[in-house]
Order: sequence, then C-alpha cells, then structure tokens
Amino acid sequence: MTTALKARSSSAFDVERIRADFPILKLKVGGQPLVYFDNAASSQMPQPVIDRFVRYQSTQHANIHRGVHYLSETATGEYEEARRKLQRFINAREEREVIFTSGTTESINLVMHGYGRKFIGKDDEIILTTLEHHSNIVPWQMLAEEKGAKIRVVPINDAGELLVDEYEKLFNERTKFVGVMHVSNALGTINPVKHMIEFAHARGVPVLVDGAQATPHMHVDVQDLGCDFYAFSGHKLCGPTGIGILYGKAAILERMQPFKGGGDMILSVTFEKTTYNTIPHKFEAGTPPIAAAITLGAAVDYLSAIGMDQIAAHEIDLLNYATEQVNGMPGVRIIGTAEKKAAVLSFAIEGVHPHDVGTLLNQDGIAIRTGHHCAQPVMQRFKVPATSRASFAFYNNLAEVDALIAGIRNVQKVFA
Amino acid sequence: MADPKALYQEVILDHNKKPRNFGALDDASHKAEGHNPLCGDHLTLTLKLDGEQVGAIAFTGESCAICKASASMMTVAVKGKTRADAETLILEFRDMATGTLDYANTPHHLGRLTVFAGVRDLPTRVKCAILPWHTLHAALNSVTSTSTEAEDDPMHAPIGDA
Repeated sequence: MTTALKARSSSAFDVERIRADFPILKLKVGGQPLVYFDNAASSQMPQPVIDRFVRYQSTQHANIHRGVHYLSETATGEYEEARRKLQRFINAREEREVIFTSGTTESINLVMHGYGRKFIGKDDEIILTTLEHHSNIVPWQMLAEEKGAKIRVVPINDAGELLVDEYEKLFNERTKFVGVMHVSNALGTINPVKHMIEFAHARGVPVLVDGAQATPHMHVDVQDLGCDFYAFSGHKLCGPTGIGILYGKAAILERMQPFKGGGDMILSVTFEKTTYNTIPHKFEAGTPPIAAAITLGAAVDYLSAIGMDQIAAHEIDLLNYATEQVNGMPGVRIIGTAEKKAAVLSFAIEGVHPHDVGTLLNQDGIAIRTGHHCAQPVMQRFKVPATSRASFAFYNNLAEVDALIAGIRNVQKVFA
Repeated sequence: MADPKALYQEVILDHNKKPRNFGALDDASHKAEGHNPLCGDHLTLTLKLDGEQVGAIAFTGESCAICKASASMMTVAVKGKTRADAETLILEFRDMATGTLDYANTPHHLGRLTVFAGVRDLPTRVKCAILPWHTLHAALNSVTSTSTEAEDDPMHAPIGDA
C-alpha cells in the first residue's frame, strides 16, 4: 500500500462507515462475504435511499400532475423536487432541461426519435465511436436504415483511447450528429468529451454524451461540458432500476418532436388536433416512475453528501492498487490501459475463458461481469470474445481488491 | 450439487486442456456450426456417418472450459454409436443439464457425462454445456448453423442469460 493510500484511508472519507450504510454488503455468497465488483452493471443501494422509497410508498404516494387532493399534490411536489435534485447534480441551467426516462437506453432512443427522425435525413452522417455501448449504436443504426443516413466510427488505439485526430477528420458538410460515451463501460477510458463537443459545435453539430458510466464516478457539469444531450441511469447511481435522465438544452428540446404519446405530455386533445405540453412534460407521457424518481433524488443527495470528488479519489485509489497488483501477475493482461481511466478493470487470464473466471470467482463470493459488456465492437478491436471486468464503487475497499487478486490466483491454479 | 467447485472436476479440466477429436474432418458427411451469441462461444462440428453409424466426429472452436470439455466428451461418447443412440444421448444430456432428468434415479446412457450435472445449478452456464449437443443435433438433421438463441430450435434451452 502506498503512502498516499494510507493517508487517504485516514482522511475524512471513511469507507468502513460508508459500507455500514449498505445492507447488501453484509450478504454471504456460498459462505463467503460478498465482494461486489459489478458496479458498472448496476450499483447497490444504501439504507437512507431504501428508506426514502419506503417513506414515499408508505406516506406520499398518488399519481402526479392530476388530482387536487393532498397525496397527489405531495407526490407531485416530491417528484418535481427530485427533478431539481438531479438538475443540481449535473448542474443543468434549468429544471425543465431534466427529463425522467426509464434509463440511459430510453434517453438515447428519445433523442433518436425526437431529434434524429426530425432533423437527420438521407446521406447525412452520424459520428459514433468504437467504444460505444450497444445502446448508443443500435438506435442510430435503426435511424440510419430508416433515413438512408450513414454512421461513421471513431477508432481507438491499443490502450483503448479514442483517436481524436481521426474524429476530427470524420467531419464534413454531411455531419449532422455526434454520439459519444463519457466513460467506457468495457474499458474504463475517460473520453475527452469536452474537446469533442467544442470541435463539433464549431461546425454546428449537436452532441449526445452517454454518461451512464461517468455520473457514478465523477462530478459531471453539463454546462461546463457544453453538450446538447447527456443521458444516464439511476440504478448505476445507487438508485433504483427503471429510472434515468435525459438532460437536453432547452432550446433543442423545444424544437424536438415528442417520442411517446399519451397522458401528461399534452395540453389539450381533440380528435382534430392535440397540443403538446411544454418541456420536460412533452417527453414524459403516461404515469412516470414516480417512486423511482424520488428515490433517485435521495440517491444523488446521498452521493453529493459524500462528495463526488471524494468518491472519485477513493475509486482511483482502488483502481491504482488493483492495476498495480494485476500488472505483477504473470499470465494476466489488462485490457484498456488508457491514461485517463475510471474505476474499471477489464482483464484476460491466459488460457482461461472469462466465463470460467466468473464462475470460479463467484465461488469465492466475488461478483464480476464476464462477457462482451454490450460493447462487441470493443471486443472485436482487441480480438477477444469477452473479458472479465471488475468495476469498483466508493463502497469497495482494499481488502476486497486483495480478495479479487487471491481469487485470480486460484483460477490460475485450477487451470494450471 | 450446489457447489460450483464440483463442476470444474479433473475430468472436465483435462478435456478442456487436451480436447479429444479436436480438428475438422476432410471427408465429413455432416457439418454444423454452433454459436452462443450471448457469450461468443462458437464451435464447428464435422462428422461422418457410415450408414446409420457415427464413423468419425471432430470439432473446433473457441469457447469456455465447460463448452469445450462438453464437446470433447460428446465426441468420445457418440463415436461408433448409431444416429438414434446419439439423439437419445442429446436429449438425456439436455434434460440432465436443465435439471429435468433425475439422473441419479432414472435409467440413462450418460455414463461419465454426468460430471456436467452441476451446471443445472448455474443457469448462466447451462448453455455452455449444451451448445455442442445442440450443434450435434443440428448436424445430424442437416441444419448447417444453430444458435442457443434460436427459439424455434427443439434444443433451445430458454434458461439464463450471458
């Protein structure tokens, strides 16, 4: 352990006190204490956030934006308060720029339908990157097929970093949209999105940032980034599943067509003509996931109280420690060695398929993700069918990293 | 058998390390490719029927240890058997792997293949063990390509996810 690590563990950030907030961390798996390193897939929920859900359902629940009764007004107030919490969390300029969706995937699909289908046409070009999650590839492919548009792809180097020069070369007069992930879910690479956004904007091209893997690990400021859209999920942020956010600049959201039709997204309906509601409601058709939104509001409060910078610093300590350990192990290769990385460690053990690694680590109570991570182009680039991925959260500690390292040694022993 | 350690038995590790009948037959009468799109496992099976008998069989591919050992032991088990006997083994293996065959109390022909019984407690790994059998079924029925995700395939095992 480095001196910096020791210094940090004795600072204000007390990981053991934080761990006490997470009931699931007391779980035993196969007789072993759970080591949860699948945070990039979904994070765990602390007790104060669970309590918020229970309090809402026990004392505040009704449908929102309808009814004049006490509960409906309470629920509406809490739901809109949650929107303001999310607005502050990403520093959006206005609360109406924050749309509740079911998750990152729906957020991206909303932009594809609401913006893409209206403003992208035949022979137009959409720039994506090799690192993208399938959720930021497939909707654009569907659009490209429908409209006769083209998808251009930014390549990566052997470290898993985007080739920014190549990105810049992809622009031409047909370029109409850029979709890029902030942090790679498969490799952990932190992409230079601010520069990429500036470059695109200088050419009048809007940019969507997939922030699903960035929001849990770092302070995100959408105004500073300048992006037109920023999509992320609640369940990776200690919140529940079924809730996510689409941030969009008000001016661009107002120009977009609705994605889903139904109640709450209208001002008036006759069979001759329907007038759409204002943003954000125009994009929130039907009864939204009210409980999930309010619970997510509590989750970002919880994260903010700890401090995203503190969280980032602790996670980088975990990542550096794990990287150092794994680098010292013969027969283990780290996939994704970008200079700027979030707390994701993708690796390959020589001669052992990732699924066997996952099953064997599971017997030690260690939960990692094995597979293609919904990023098959990344796997193709590194010529592997799949990787093993340990992804860290602020509630993980160094002892858990040690358990992972011991687990990897055991896998090598079994397959020796 | 709840202990996954039991799955990685010596015999499975041995077949993974030194797969039997690994390669491709030049004079195959039947051939099929098996693919699990969820995890990327794929294998190519070639076999030669002499009349109704599996005269020769071989496989290549890239997969996890469970899949590779299952393929290796499958080739050993069906070589020299009739097509009908092979189909019986395919069904018995599938039923064992999915937990519908009480292999301890029901007569069957699986023999050493029961080392794979442990996958039934690991839903995400069932398909790894079944893929070679799935592919053999396809080859015997002159289907050139099969997938663990093909809903209309009679061998489809709708269990788990990668």
